[in-house]
Amino acid sequence: MSRLVAQFHVRYPTFQLSIDLDAPASDITVLFGPSGSGKTTLLRCLAGLERASDGFMQFGNDVWQDEKRGLCLPLYKRPIGYVFQEPRLFPHYNVRSNLLYGYKRIPVEERRIAIEQVVDILGIGHLLERRIHKLSGGEQQRVAIGRALLTSPKLLLLDEPLASLDIQRKQELVPFIKQLHKALHIPVVYVSHAINEILQLADRVVLLKEGKVVGIGALNEVLTSPQFRRNLGSLRVGAVLDTRVANHESEYGLTRLEFKGQFLFISLQPVSVGESLRVHILASDVTLVVGQIDCPTSVLNILEATILEIRETDQSSVDVLLDIGAPLVASITQKSLVNLGLKPGQRVFAHIKAVALNEELVE
Amino acid sequence: MGALADLDLSALSVSVRLAAMTVIVLLMVGTPLAWWLAHTRSRFRPVVEAAVALPIVLPPTVMGFYILVALGPYGPLGRIADLSLAFTFTGLVIASVFYSMPFVIQPLQNAFEAVGKAPLEAAWSLRASKWDAFLTVISPIALRGYISAIVLGFAHTLGEFGVVLMVGGSIPGQTRVLSTTIFEHVEVMEYSQAHTISAFMLIFSFLVLLAVYIANRRFPIHVS
Repeated sequence: MSRLVAQFHVRYPTFQLSIDLDAPASDITVLFGPSGSGKTTLLRCLAGLERASDGFMQFGNDVWQDEKRGLCLPLYKRPIGYVFQEPRLFPHYNVRSNLLYGYKRIPVEERRIAIEQVVDILGIGHLLERRIHKLSGGEQQRVAIGRALLTSPKLLLLDEPLASLDIQRKQELVPFIKQLHKALHIPVVYVSHAINEILQLADRVVLLKEGKVVGIGALNEVLTSPQFRRNLGSLRVGAVLDTRVANHESEYGLTRLEFKGQFLFISLQPVSVGESLRVHILASDVTLVVGQIDCPTSVLNILEATILEIRETDQSSVDVLLDIGAPLVASITQKSLVNLGLKPGQRVFAHIKAVALNEELVE
Repeated sequence: MGALADLDLSALSVSVRLAAMTVIVLLMVGTPLAWWLAHTRSRFRPVVEAAVALPIVLPPTVMGFYILVALGPYGPLGRIADLSLAFTFTGLVIASVFYSMPFVIQPLQNAFEAVGKAPLEAAWSLRASKWDAFLTVISPIALRGYISAIVLGFAHTLGEFGVVLMVGGSIPGQTRVLSTTIFEHVEVMEYSQAHTISAFMLIFSFLVLLAVYIANRRFPIHVS
């Protein structure tokens, strides 16, 4: 698996970027952080649009920047596809010419991605002869993504491509981005400050704050980490599980999900059995029970778990990090912690009041 | 037919050749300069902008005087050329380039500022080199700026008088242009000839400006 190595140290009038990154370059990596944390600047450094005077960048075996040797390839010499916040389509060309602009500029033998393929994934076949100003915002952004893909990039950089769109258009585009990654196997680095985009898209998260990396890892590791609670505590802390649809209980309006041998119920989903479904469980929706309960309970979702770690979050509450085959967080009171005598290593049952689909989350 | 004869075809030809040459030189020199002015963060930018705008406010005689001195056999430009450029067509082109500079630079600078860097970065991300991006993306988007620059530069050069008279004199077939011809007709009381040329220039200038304003209002930029 190729790796992305990046070191950028650069001082701007208002803030300082100080990045030291070495991460697998595959799947979808999301650069996440509040505005002003340096996400876009980092992405522009990766692309070579900003030049850090103290910088080094390597993608796989290719070194794109090494300031010790005075090397910094301009963006047009890097096999990168870049999608900006705004579509930045060329107004003097129609959709087809915009799509072909980059395609025509790469050598024939490097063209791995076909026009039909991109048009098909992005659903823009009916737009090809249109003028740019006749397209909606979502259509423009799809064309911009298509245009970038048609350069057959080895790395796709997306700078909040959904930021300028309304909620409905966002929901339209997220599946496209997931699908194109699945179909074309291009590593993606995606900048976002919207938690639900991350929950839906990310395989890996780089957490940024004030120009520095404060957390990095697989999505669920980062979401359940103390760094996430500390730096983005205003967001609701929770865990993400990639489950599989086991069966539907349509008489009750429920879908049963399987996760590592345990089961969860969610409201009936239009997804066929065997398909994967990513769900989100908020820490505040998880209750802990010590030992098997004999009394009947209305709670449907009960998972066996082992306590990994207990972290104080404020005077009255703690986060309990659980292992259910993946990390899960329960937020409970200090008083309950003492009453139950919870300790790391202990076996408990996690009662889950609600399982949400990521699409239903609102920031 | 009398009116056409009065127009003095050799002066018209010199005028048109001079204006065309001036615009071509200014586009070549002015494009990089206007691009620099539009995007630089240098503190020298206002200095350069003021220098470019100088011909708008300076009396043509002041410009003409210094250019004449520079072009003469002992001036810096005359020495490079190893002969006097004063009272030659080449000298006239050099003088006109300075004199008409703001009328070409300023529309280009405005156009480049309006285009911004965003389309350029997009073109780079699609493997277009700097030149390629400039020719295929920036120029077409800045097309209106180019049309304004060409038309205004051309028309302004046609209309210059003071500088032409000082640097070029009025040698028939070489440096005598329409505007100086009018002056000479008036000096010898040939009012009807002066009338013909003046009316021609008046109408021509008006039509040129009208075309620029119409183009600026609704010129669709489409290549394909």
